[in-house]
Amino acid sequence: MTKSELIEYIAEKQDHLPVKDIELAVKLILEHMSDVLATGGRIEIRGFGSFSLHYRAPRMGRNPKTGATVELPGKHVPHFKPGKEMRDRVNESLKS
Amino acid sequence: MSDGALTKADLAEKLYHELGLNKREAKELVELFFEEIRHALESNEPVKLSGFGNFDLRDKSQRPGRNPKTGEEIPISARRVVTFRPGQKLKARVEAYAGTESQ
Repeated sequence: MTKSELIEYIAEKQDHLPVKDIELAVKLILEHMSDVLATGGRIEIRGFGSFSLHYRAPRMGRNPKTGATVELPGKHVPHFKPGKEMRDRVNESLKS
Repeated sequence: MSDGALTKADLAEKLYHELGLNKREAKELVELFFEEIRHALESNEPVKLSGFGNFDLRDKSQRPGRNPKTGEEIPISARRVVTFRPGQKLKARVEAYAGTESQ
């Protein structure tokens, strides 16, 4: 499912908002979630899951072309942990 | 946002303030947003949200496990799990965050 399909499916599930508004809303939700993560925040959606940052320590890397060692600085990466309802529903689909 | 984690209520509030949806519509939209993603995933369909990231599904086969308390061997059954792969844009933005290394 892509973002535009998500917008379409949400539009089919309700009858009062024009598709244009749903498109704006979906984009705003994703933008706001990104903003929160980009400023070091957490997101907790019950039954869906939580998003947080994981820290990766600095390490020595290599330029694969020249073989030269380069120091890679520490960084944060986004992490998603599925919630219980999500885990159960997805796992249930394995049995069908 | 305050110091707590972002919740569905905060997202609904954002839609109410920035798009002028009424509170009921905003709340319903946020619910539908997460429910439709969950629905795709439980139908074994990956979800690709460009700029944000992809939710993929992985089937894991049964593997041996152990009860950490008793040491008793119990197999961990085959299961299907959701993984999230952040997109380039989100990764780059988060990488630039220079805050503390907690979390």
